[in-house]
Amino acid sequence: MTTAVSETGSPPPPGPLTRAKRSFDTHWYAWAMVLPVVVVLAVLVGYPLGRGVYLSFTDANEANVGRTIGVNHIAATYKSVGLDNYWKVLSGQEGHFYSRLGWTVVWTTSCVLLHYTIGLGLALLLNRPLRFRALYRVLLILPWAVPAFVATFSWRLMFNEKYGVFNAFLNTLGIDPVDWLGDSTLQKVSAVAVNVWLGVPFMMVAILGGLQSIPKELHEAAEMDGATPWQRFRHVTLPGLRPVSGTVILLGVIWTFNMFQVIYLLIGQGASSESEILVTYAYRLAFQGVRDYAGSATYGILILSLLLVFAVFHRRTLARQEATR
Amino acid sequence: MSDKSPLGATARPPKARGERSRGASVALHTTLAVASLIALFPVLFVVFVSLRGRDGWQEPTRFVGFDLSNYTHILGETKFLTWFGNSVIVSLGATLLGVFVAATAGYAVSRMRFPGHRSLMWTFLVVQMFPMAVLIVPLYNILGELELLDSYLGLIVTYCSVSVPFCAWMLKGYFDTIPAEIDEAGRVDGLSPFGTFWRLILPLARPGLAVTGFYSFITAWGEVAFATQFMSSEEHYTLAVGLQTFVGQQKAEWGLMTAAAVLIAVPAGAVFFLAQRHLVAGLTAGGTKG
Repeated sequence: MTTAVSETGSPPPPGPLTRAKRSFDTHWYAWAMVLPVVVVLAVLVGYPLGRGVYLSFTDANEANVGRTIGVNHIAATYKSVGLDNYWKVLSGQEGHFYSRLGWTVVWTTSCVLLHYTIGLGLALLLNRPLRFRALYRVLLILPWAVPAFVATFSWRLMFNEKYGVFNAFLNTLGIDPVDWLGDSTLQKVSAVAVNVWLGVPFMMVAILGGLQSIPKELHEAAEMDGATPWQRFRHVTLPGLRPVSGTVILLGVIWTFNMFQVIYLLIGQGASSESEILVTYAYRLAFQGVRDYAGSATYGILILSLLLVFAVFHRRTLARQEATR
Repeated sequence: MSDKSPLGATARPPKARGERSRGASVALHTTLAVASLIALFPVLFVVFVSLRGRDGWQEPTRFVGFDLSNYTHILGETKFLTWFGNSVIVSLGATLLGVFVAATAGYAVSRMRFPGHRSLMWTFLVVQMFPMAVLIVPLYNILGELELLDSYLGLIVTYCSVSVPFCAWMLKGYFDTIPAEIDEAGRVDGLSPFGTFWRLILPLARPGLAVTGFYSFITAWGEVAFATQFMSSEEHYTLAVGLQTFVGQQKAEWGLMTAAAVLIAVPAGAVFFLAQRHLVAGLTAGGTKG
């Protein structure tokens, strides 16, 4: 595209105004095309974020936030409380932040690890000449086609203690029924199982694409040199997958960390539950009981900061791996 | 996309290495069959329960009493069809608006170098990380002030903000795979940059558009958190909200729930299978070069 070329060799150093004008002349088209996105993001993400940050420094809740009832407008009476909210959360005074964070991390790691390994395994199996390949692929992608909330409800039915199909199976084997969604450890295992079921197809499809983009010659050359299948996997396939893996793992971690529906619909709607992750807890703060807008915003900002740190760290690691290669 | 890949067995002369022993073949097919069964089972189970009448779910292992009463009940005596219509309006609106907005931005980022280019790409990535928990309260207040709470438009724009960054990011990667010579040819023939984008690049980017459209649609179709809070009147419920009313604290109408689940999953599945041919191509283009 011509716009990419900057005018070189214009001798007199232009003043800032001319420069701005020239920059506008060259780039207005690009800017016009990104404008809708920028507006959408600014209004719907930027402004709410700013407001979220602001709320996290106040004591806003349902009672003192401004609102209009009929024709009467009640002015907001919440006030700034500085870093109080953060202090309360981070010092562990309320909300059991650290235990929740611990479980959120365990949840994210186990889910993403299982997504990735199972997805990789299935992709490797599918990435070879095979009868019924197309059929297998469609069947394996199926969980992705089912909306998450529908799938979660279905699993809840299957996990049902009294009438669930799993306990019915156990019963025919002579095993006592298991309270899948009642016990807090089992709850967590069940939630991970549901999320793994939901998330594997995405990984599988992405990795399958990655596998197909690895040049065949590399495998053939390695084989000529007498590499065993394991060596070929370790030294050709895995490095070749690195760009895809880096992206999908980053996305997987972000999505799982923020995975609301599975936890909320499977277990988290009742009273305080140990199996809630940070996001569902923040949601409950904001919309249950006396709505604690400030507390919820604080949690939101903390979640965002954690993810940002992770993303930066992740990119660094990837860049370093690239460099050492 | 598999038909043109070099993987087909016909693509190269038969070699000893391509052959598998019988045992390996059996193991391979067994693994895949078991995995497919796990993938399929919950879906089949829900279909099965939905056909068993109102109380059939209490006997999940018996094969008797099939009827369609669950379906007739939810279609005739609940607001299911209204909710369904709401979901269609909201999801389609979010998809069309989101994909169009994301495509222009993705194209600009892919083809033009302009100040703000890098930071925009970064924004797309960072916005992915926003937990809805940080946005939902401020958005709730903003939409309240604009009187867009409990309206289709409010939910549509909200969903756009969720899906647009990812779509723009992926489409940028997809546009990168389309040779720039095509643009140049278009420009030589006198098309404006937008004309080039609209008439030449968009048709070529159909697989990428399919994937992003699919993504937006599914995200909107299955979104729970925003819809639960924003759509307060029963007339405006989307399916994700409506479905919760079947299985609440007081009652557990699992029979009705499963029938509704089937009817909800069918359109999502249809969209999915329209898009799935393009999924691998679109995803990897976006994923690797993002």
